[in-house]
Amino acid sequence: MELDPILLSRMQFAFVVTFHAIFPVFTIGLASYVALLQGLFVATGNSVWDRLGLFWTKIFAVVFGMGVVSGIVMAFQFGTNWSNFSQFASNFIGPMLSYEVITAFFLEAGFLGVLLFGRHRVSPSVHFFAALMVAIGTFISAFWILATNSWMQTPQGYEIREGVVHVTSWMEAIFSPSFPYRFAHMALAAFLTGGFVVCGVSAWFLLRRRGVEAHKRALSMTMWLLLILAPLQAFVGDEHGLNTLEHQPMKIAAMEGNWETQSNVPLLLFALPDRELQANRVEIGIPNGASLILRHDVDGVVPGLKEIPVEQQQPVWIVFYSFRVMVALGLLMIACAVTGLVLRRGGKLYTQRWFLHVLQVMSISPFLAVTAGWFVTEIGRSPWLVYGVLSYADAVTPSLTGWMVLATLIGYVAVYAVIFCAGVYYLFKVVRQGLGELEDDEEVHDVDRPSRPMSATHVPFDGTTASSRS
Amino acid sequence: MEMYDLSLIWAVILAFSVIMYVLMDGFDLGLGILFPFAPDEDARDVMMNSVAPIWDGNETWLVLGGAGLIAAFPLVYTILLPALYLGVFLMLAGLIFRGVAFEFRFKSKRTRRWWNAAFSGGSFVAAFAQGCVVGAYIQGFETADRVYTGGAFDWLTPFSILTGIGLVVGYTLLGATWLVLKSEGHVREWARGLIPKLLIGVLVVFVIVSLWTPWIDSGVFDRWFNHLQVIWLLPFAALLCAVGIYMATRRHREGLAFLLTLGLFIFTYLGLLVSRWPYVIPPDYTLWDAASAPESQFFILIGVLFVVPIILTYTAWSYWVFRGKVRVGEGYH
Repeated sequence: MELDPILLSRMQFAFVVTFHAIFPVFTIGLASYVALLQGLFVATGNSVWDRLGLFWTKIFAVVFGMGVVSGIVMAFQFGTNWSNFSQFASNFIGPMLSYEVITAFFLEAGFLGVLLFGRHRVSPSVHFFAALMVAIGTFISAFWILATNSWMQTPQGYEIREGVVHVTSWMEAIFSPSFPYRFAHMALAAFLTGGFVVCGVSAWFLLRRRGVEAHKRALSMTMWLLLILAPLQAFVGDEHGLNTLEHQPMKIAAMEGNWETQSNVPLLLFALPDRELQANRVEIGIPNGASLILRHDVDGVVPGLKEIPVEQQQPVWIVFYSFRVMVALGLLMIACAVTGLVLRRGGKLYTQRWFLHVLQVMSISPFLAVTAGWFVTEIGRSPWLVYGVLSYADAVTPSLTGWMVLATLIGYVAVYAVIFCAGVYYLFKVVRQGLGELEDDEEVHDVDRPSRPMSATHVPFDGTTASSRS
Repeated sequence: MEMYDLSLIWAVILAFSVIMYVLMDGFDLGLGILFPFAPDEDARDVMMNSVAPIWDGNETWLVLGGAGLIAAFPLVYTILLPALYLGVFLMLAGLIFRGVAFEFRFKSKRTRRWWNAAFSGGSFVAAFAQGCVVGAYIQGFETADRVYTGGAFDWLTPFSILTGIGLVVGYTLLGATWLVLKSEGHVREWARGLIPKLLIGVLVVFVIVSLWTPWIDSGVFDRWFNHLQVIWLLPFAALLCAVGIYMATRRHREGLAFLLTLGLFIFTYLGLLVSRWPYVIPPDYTLWDAASAPESQFFILIGVLFVVPIILTYTAWSYWVFRGKVRVGEGYH
């Protein structure tokens, strides 16, 4: 079999970015949550907020560290595997990626250090301020990355001279049409991720009757937040979809599994899209549903995949099912938040064991939903790397051969598997140590640095006692 | 904007980033390479603790260099990375293992020897890959129409393997002089004993590479033998540094020995730069050929000029706070 460097490069990029994205999505949400806890501590003076803040800051530190390590590869892949794309778009993406790096440095050099190690060295308000700045900093980082991605989805503010992009308006290029929607959608996704992980961990502690008072507060507060955020995400997601319909209609066609441009399109719940057949082999749907959602009218016309040649059509089934996985998880999240409200009314939020078990499982759901969502938007864009402008085939590094990409793909999978297992294993150790034992672990060591965020936690990697640290 | 040659400004910034990276990550990579040969576990603790507060900040310069490259000289980015494809993978894998091992070694007991192995293995692979990049760069790259057209292993030649070994030995020397400066007792004696041997190794590679380089390319030959003979001062200065390191080590002038090792690296680096200047992708493209659009170079220059002083201040502060010797049983204990 001939190894296809384009397909393998896409797989490699997808693997690295999926693996990496888990961490920043989590840290963005967690940073805001930590800032909220420290803010509550300043406002109320109740030390339980501070203890919760400390606990979640330790977890934040480990996840942040993992994100930094796994992100290094990203910066090189644009050149190793997509050199023609880098060549074509560097006038725009170069400065964007560099500004992201600069933002991260600025964070590390300043506020992260105060957040991780300054708890007893600065006043609570200054500490809160540092937490707030770290939270804002994570959003600024996301801003640059999402601006880059959005430009690749809906490019504008540029012209092509001698085969290379030249930016004509930075404002237009950065704030491209899909950017505001993508940013809002991702910000809420980050909050939901943080929220569901906090709920899951709090539930774990409540089930084991450890640190009950503090974790009750954390659970209560977060369930309120989810009650607002989960439905809001559904609304924002819908708006994002309408924006996609306007700018990338073929992505919508794949998401809906719709082949003919027509009115009265059903909302498919299940289907077997078949590219050979240029139709769905089986489909079960709600009549007129898609037309109603996308055009707010049962007679609304929804674009179909047959508008483009077969070779330009995406692998429809991945887009179709990823979209359904994302939406289903989103609906589950809403159901979970509403169930929480019902139980709270009955006074059983903290004691209903099955619900606490559900919350534990649900803490994985945002990660799956985010991954599925990125699959939709990235695979839905194919065969374009820059939508309508540059195809994968034109973007890939010309000198690459299939075996080179395969070898490094296997290599990256092996490296990341080791790192991921060690990191997640350690994360669970930090979580399990819990709130109470943290007080012994609060001292700051001379060698602890914000540029090594994991040095903020002293939980041993193996063995069981905190004193085994050396 | 047209008043200034932005490409030249960027070339200076990036050349500065590269040498900062080589000097600063150099000694902690060197410690990693020395790691398996340390006399005992106490010595390993001292070695790690001597760089624990600063090593990650050192890698800042690599990331800044990489990001600056795609923003300011995209052609370098889009030819170097495909040309060095497998080498880049090895280097990244090495740096990742090393970074994670650094964190978890301190927190582990039973699994410690695995993290030790990851730390030293990662350091060695990263250093060797970087050295091969230097060799590949001197050789030049096969290109056509602004695209790399060579093969997957063009970067791996007898010459680049030699420069790879050279950088491994060089980093180890840097690590040893650093360790002498930062330690005492048996750890220091061990490190001091290594310096003359490493110095001989560095000099052997240095001389072979210096004699070999002019024959690789006629442009380089011309520069060294027909024009610009003032540049012979650079290898001369590097050799003086080498002699100085030996003398300083014998006389227990630890700080001086370390500084002279930095000097050895700086003069060698400058010698490399003048050999190929102004070609950034030898033998075909100069830094002006490789530049991005002036408006892009300008847009990101603002951010860089803002953040570089902050990084420098922060780095200087870190080194100042952690000056002095690391003792056995101190640091992470």
